[in-house]
This record gives sequence, C-alpha cells and structure tokens, in this order.
Amino acid sequence: MRSSPEILRALENESIEILRETAAAFKNPVLLYSIGKDSSVLLHLARKAFYPANIPFPMLHIDTKWKFREMISFRDEMAGKYGAKLLVHTNEEGIRDGVSPFSTGTSEYTRIMKTVALRQALDKYGFDAAIGGSRRDEERSRAKERIFSVRESGHRWDPRQQRPELWRTYNPRIRPDQTMRVFPISDWTELDIWNYIMLEKIPVNPLYFAKERPIVWRGEQIIMIDDERYPLRDGETPEMRRIRFRTLGCYPLTAGVESSATTLEEVFEEVMEVKLSERATRLIDGDKEDSMEKKKKEGYF
Amino acid sequence: MEARPIVRLLTCGSVDDGKSTLIGRLLVETDSVPHDTVAAARSTRRAGSIIPAGDIDFSLLTDGLEAEREQGITIDVAYRSMSLLDGRRLIIADAPGHEQYTRNMAVAASRADISLVLVDASRGIRPQTLRHLTICSLMGVEKIIVVINKLDAMNFDKNVYDKLIQELKPTVDRLGIKEIIYVPVSALEGDNVVYKTDRTSWYSGPSLLDEIQNWRERTNASRHSRLGVQLISRADNFRGVSGTVSQGGFAIGDEVVVLPSERKAKVSRLVTFDGDLQEVEAGRAVTMVLEPDIDATRGDFIEKAGDYTQPADRFSAHLFWLGEEELIHSRSYYLINGSTMVPATVTAIRHRLNINDGDHESARTLAMNEIGMVEVATDSPIPLTKYGENRNSGNFVLVDRVTLNTVGAGMVVHALRRATNITKHSYEVDKKARSTQKGQRAKLIWLTGLSGSGKSTIANALETQLFASGIHSYILDGDNLRLGLNKDLGFTKEDRAENVRRVAEVGKLMVDAGLIVIVALVSPFKVDRDYARELFDDGEFIEVWVKTPAEICAQRDPKGLYKKARDGSLPNLTGVGQDYEPPTEAELVLDGTDEIASNVEKLINKVL
Repeated sequence: MRSSPEILRALENESIEILRETAAAFKNPVLLYSIGKDSSVLLHLARKAFYPANIPFPMLHIDTKWKFREMISFRDEMAGKYGAKLLVHTNEEGIRDGVSPFSTGTSEYTRIMKTVALRQALDKYGFDAAIGGSRRDEERSRAKERIFSVRESGHRWDPRQQRPELWRTYNPRIRPDQTMRVFPISDWTELDIWNYIMLEKIPVNPLYFAKERPIVWRGEQIIMIDDERYPLRDGETPEMRRIRFRTLGCYPLTAGVESSATTLEEVFEEVMEVKLSERATRLIDGDKEDSMEKKKKEGYF
Repeated sequence: MEARPIVRLLTCGSVDDGKSTLIGRLLVETDSVPHDTVAAARSTRRAGSIIPAGDIDFSLLTDGLEAEREQGITIDVAYRSMSLLDGRRLIIADAPGHEQYTRNMAVAASRADISLVLVDASRGIRPQTLRHLTICSLMGVEKIIVVINKLDAMNFDKNVYDKLIQELKPTVDRLGIKEIIYVPVSALEGDNVVYKTDRTSWYSGPSLLDEIQNWRERTNASRHSRLGVQLISRADNFRGVSGTVSQGGFAIGDEVVVLPSERKAKVSRLVTFDGDLQEVEAGRAVTMVLEPDIDATRGDFIEKAGDYTQPADRFSAHLFWLGEEELIHSRSYYLINGSTMVPATVTAIRHRLNINDGDHESARTLAMNEIGMVEVATDSPIPLTKYGENRNSGNFVLVDRVTLNTVGAGMVVHALRRATNITKHSYEVDKKARSTQKGQRAKLIWLTGLSGSGKSTIANALETQLFASGIHSYILDGDNLRLGLNKDLGFTKEDRAENVRRVAEVGKLMVDAGLIVIVALVSPFKVDRDYARELFDDGEFIEVWVKTPAEICAQRDPKGLYKKARDGSLPNLTGVGQDYEPPTEAELVLDGTDEIASNVEKLINKVL
C-alpha cells in the first residue's frame, strides 16, 4: 500500500512539531545519526523544521569502526549537505580491549560498541536530549515507547516508570540527573519512510540499491566482505552477487538480500512484496522476544 | 469536512472479550500484516486452542498484552498502524483493560478519534464496560462504537443484542454521549468486522470497518484559529514565530493577536521549507512573520483578532490523577499546555467522580486513576478554552515540581475568572518608598527546620537586636499563626502546603509594608518553600536552615511533641511520621547547637 501524500504531510507536520519542541525546551540536544534511511528522513525533517534558520543542534554518529565504508563516506557528505555539525564517537576502550564482532558475542559486542559508546558520548558532550529515528512499527518494545522518553541516571530506561503522554501536550522537563530521548518519527511505518524519501527526493545510502558486491554465505545469511578484516574460512573466496541491504549496520552483522532493485521505485516495489518485518535481517535482534526491551533498559536506542 | 488522512482508534476491553482476535482480523483482512506473520499464525497453536489447523489464529497476531503479562514484560498501550480501504491511515492504540491500567487507557483516549468498546455478548455488561465508556466520554472521544462480540456463541440472537443495548442506555444517557454506535459482531468468525454477514439479517447498519471509515471530524463553527508559538526562528534578516496551527487557519493579511499579552499585528508571511504559503490550515507546521514584528515568545498563542480566547487564571476542570503520590491540594505544580508552562495550584476539589456508577463523592485528595472536578489557579493568565470546544486548547497536564513527572491530566470545563476582571492597583507610595522612610531594606528571613531546632529562639533573639538598632521588624511564628489565621489547618501534606502559602502571602504584604519579616516555620517540603520564594523579588527572600540533629530536637522537646509522637498520639510530626526535606539552596545554614549570639550575628550580617 502506498502512503498517500496527505498521510505523509500529516506525519511530517507532527514530526516537525516534536523537533521544534526539542530544540526549544532543551539546552543541549543532539540528533543521533545512524546513516540509515530513517536517519536520512530525520535529518531532512530537521532542516524543514528550522528553515530558514540552520539545524540548531549537532548530529552524532556512534562509529563501531565496523560500519560499511560506503556508510562513512555518505555520512560525511550528508553533514556537509545539511550544514549540521557532525560529531563522531567510538568506544576506544572497547577497541583497546579487542572487542570485535568475531571475538565477542553479538549481544555483548553491541552493548560495548553501541550502547556503552552512546552513553559515553552523551556524557562527554553533556547532551540533555538525544533525538532518535526509532519507529513504533519496528518492534514490540518500541511500540510502547513515549515520544519524549525519560532516561534515569546512567541512561537507564525504566519502562514501568514512563511518564503518561497525553494529547500533543508534551512534558519535556527533566531533573539534572536525567536525560531525554526523543522519537519524532514514532508513528511512521517502514513504507511511509520509503514513500517520503521518494516524495521529497531525499538522498539515501547507495547500499540500499542492488550492485555487484563481494559476498560470502553464513548459513542463510549473505555477508558482504567490505574489507580484509573479515575472517574467511580456509580456501574461501568471496563471490560476486547482486545484492542490496534492507537495513544498515556493522557489515559483519548485517545480512544483504539478493536483488536487482537499482532505483527507489524498484526498491519500494521489493519492500512491498517482501513485507517481512525488516529487523529479521539484522542479526542482533534475533535472540529473545524481550531482547530489545532489555537493551533499551541499558540505554540502547 | 474533508476526511482526515490519519485516524486514531482506541480499542478497550479485556483480552477475554476477544479484542486481540478483533484487531487481528481487522489487520489481516485489510492486508496490514506481514505475510510471514500471517503464515506463522496459521501454523502456530497455543495449548487448548480449538481453531482448526490451517486457519489463522487472529489472536496470535496482536496478543501482546497477555503474553507480556505472563513474561513479566511491561504492560502499556501498544500502537499499530494499518491502512483503511480508502487509503487513509488508521493508528490503533491498544489499551490494557484492567482497572490498574486505567491511566494508560486515558492516555490512549486523549488522542483517539474513535473508540471501540468491546462487550462479550455471552458474559454481558461488566463494570469495566461502564468504566471504559466513562473515560472515553470524558476524554472527548468523538465516536464510540460498542462492539457486541461473540454473537456466534449466542446464535446471532437479536434479543441478546437488544438487551445489552438497553442495559447500557442509562449510562450512555447519563454521560451525554453524542455519537454512539452498536455493531453486532463475531470477531472469531468474521461477521460484520470487515464484511457484512447474512447471519444478522435484523441488523441494517454497516460493518465495523465501514463505521470506522465513515467517521468525519466534527466541525465546530465557533472555534478559534490558533497557533502555539514553539520557538522564535532567527536567520539573516529574518525573524518569525514557529509553531503548528492547532485549529482553524490563517492567511496573509489576517489581523492577529498574541496571547496572553493581547498585542495585535498582521500576518505578513507564512514561511515553510517548501516555499511561502498564502494560507495555512489546522495541522500545519509553519513559521509566521508578523508585521509589525511585535514581541512574541515561546509559550504564547496567536489567534485571529476579534473573537479570541480570553486569558484567565482560574479554571474549573476535570482532573485525571496519574501520579503515584496523591494530589496535594494547595501545592504548586507546573501546568503545561502545548509549549506554555505556568505554576498552578489546585485550590479546591469539588467532588470525585465514581467512574463505575457516575456518583459524585466528596474528597480531600485524588489518588492514582481517580477523576475529580477541581478548581485550578494559575500564577499568570493563560488562554485555555473549554475542552468540549477543542481538545488541543482545552487540555493541560500537571507536573510535579520536584520529580518533574506528569501527575495529572486536566480538561477545562470553564474559565472561572477572567484575569482582566481583577487587576493589581498600583499605589503611589510603594514598597521602596516605605522601606526608605524606615531607613531599611525590606526582606523576609525564612527559618526552616525541625520542631525544637531553635527557630523561635533565634527569631526572638534576632528581633530583639534589630529592635534595639531601630529597625522595624515582625515575627511570623508558625505556632502562633495556627492559633488564629491558620487555625483551620492540620498537619497533613495538603494543610502544610496551605499553611506555607498563607504565611508567605502575609509575609509578602509585610515586606511590601517595608518591614524586615522573620518567619519561623517547620515548612518541611522543598516544593512549598520554593513556592514561597517565588512570591518575592530577587534578594528579598532569605532561606535559613536551622540545622539541629533530630536526637537533640527530641531531647529538647520544648512542646512535648516528640513524646506525643512516640506514644502515637501525633502521627505527622516532621522527622518522625513525616520526612523533612533539607533545603538545597538555602542562603544560610545555621547549626542549631551553636551559641545563639553567634547565630544571630551571622543572620545580622546577611540581613543588613
């Protein structure tokens, strides 16, 4: 089903209202930029929200050092295009301790290189509000997230103590030991995101489009070999396949799909056809039903 | 009225009423569920299921809440999106039905256009059905659809359906619900959910989905046009006010008024990233340029000049209490509507509403999940409308000033007093003149601390010395005031808040008279002391914590209060039955075990 332009405009207006509220009510907000399509939409909405003024907050990327190379180049290009200050943070302790997607279990790797790294960055810069691109249709624990979601000291999420959020009257006040996470695109669906990208001609990462890429198989999963750090099996050589990615993340942990979609229209057709819940291709969410709620309690986005 | 592109639906009723199955069927039959999920619901069966193999168990698709309860995952409103057959969007808020989650349901209802109230025909009307109707009605849900479900188990008997409607009628009449629809349904077998069935030939109305799709926003001719100012947009040679049009609309050239200041201007530009507009409608986020560029700030409202909302500072309202700690009458909270925030006090609780039978009960407080009719006073005027006229401009939330949690949800019934009716009269002889005449600077010294900490003794010694120096002063002693002005007050949190409020107001009058005022009052709660501080100009209010260890206070026990607390005849003694919240920003901390003379000297240095 295509989202009508009327639906997209209504969603856009509500998101802009939330972004403006965040910029006005907090001393030092930041936009969490993950380089994916949702981040692209978020950045575009931020520009619209504050036009003709510039985006009044920086964008922050948590770099695990295992992102696709095309993600990093795209990130730098977008920061320039949108005129927002780009901050990049890596958990250097994790690097020093040799944490990698191979040496460490995926959930522990994610905790150290993403969750802990994010907490480090928020503390380092003293951000009191972090804007994220999570959507309620992604996963069950996200479906009950607030739009303005308080984090206790140590960035913990306590889902039982969430503030009631009524009407469009938000409560952006926090105590000095608390921070806020803000989710302006909570009500959007995956299809809305793609439709909006087409409607507004928003640049998205080239990894979303099919191309011949070097890959290996890990069970049913197609893994792209983005650099020489990936441990190949004895005698294994990557083969070239025409693949694209439905979500972006750390390359050893993000499976691609075989595809011939090279335009937005074709990608959209494919998304419509598959209609698989998109996180099925991201390896870290596969564990238990409640794994996301658990991660979020620890401070994950 | 044009159909809104996004419609918000609330579903209430417990899992036993077949809610999960109903939502599941709506989702599947409108092709809103990923196909792999549907496939899983065909092949998976839970223990004891009687659904034939190969059929879809619809309840598996949405059965979040029940499963979550078993797994110990947090139970809350869950949101789902689906497409209506005409391409519009339906956002379903699935609210838990049990009584302890009433506030979660109120949250979901606050934004819902339509509400589905499920009734299990085989079990009849239950107390929760009436509770859900009450909340939906109170929260202003425009269209309520009572879904009479499980009629397959009752042979689609018209009499069963009619009897249930009859049973609901007194409640519906009492609540004055304008638009209520009854649909006979079998969610399990799909009758009248998306498609009409031939098994209810006696029912001529549309299917449930059609009823949902038929809803159109109620037009209200009298409503004002309104934009809430969120922020001031500044760029090179540009200044505008950014916000969302919450109702009505604006066009270039409109004469507008900024509220609450009531300054007038004209709309000269309507700026968006996609280009300037000639006019904007409700729902649109925009940046408005005013001519002349009068002062408007975050939290102001812009309405069309002419018939606009009069700012007021007293309101009657329905208040839904959300906080775990109960409402404290006379305590100051923050009141928020849109981007506006003002301190506010609940000055009276007229009654508490029994949400099961609609009775009005007398109450001194409101606990979580309780609803009351209250009076609210704001520290400065704000332009709120009646909630019944418009949900956006008639709502507010109350925020606890210490925890900053959202503790109350208010719906304005009336603006009680036009702020314009009472204006402060300015007299020629003012505070400064009166102080100067006495050769002193008026101030208030607020001594707070446990009973027996030495506040009265210090106050007495201080005043003696001030008097000897020819300074005009007065002591407001907590105990003495309770013999007269405050003799109607006890020692509960509410009464202590009111006690502090009165003492602070009297102190303010005396400071206005040019005096040095010494307050000796336990005043155990920070929020109450902060309220007092806000009444005064910068530097006028001097908070002094007389810090004496509790054991020493209990030893001194000059009034025998600690003894009474120990034998149980005095329940609310600060430091024993109630907590004392130490000041965090006191101008001065005195050690109550020090020599009186040295403490007085410290105070004198601070005062003069």
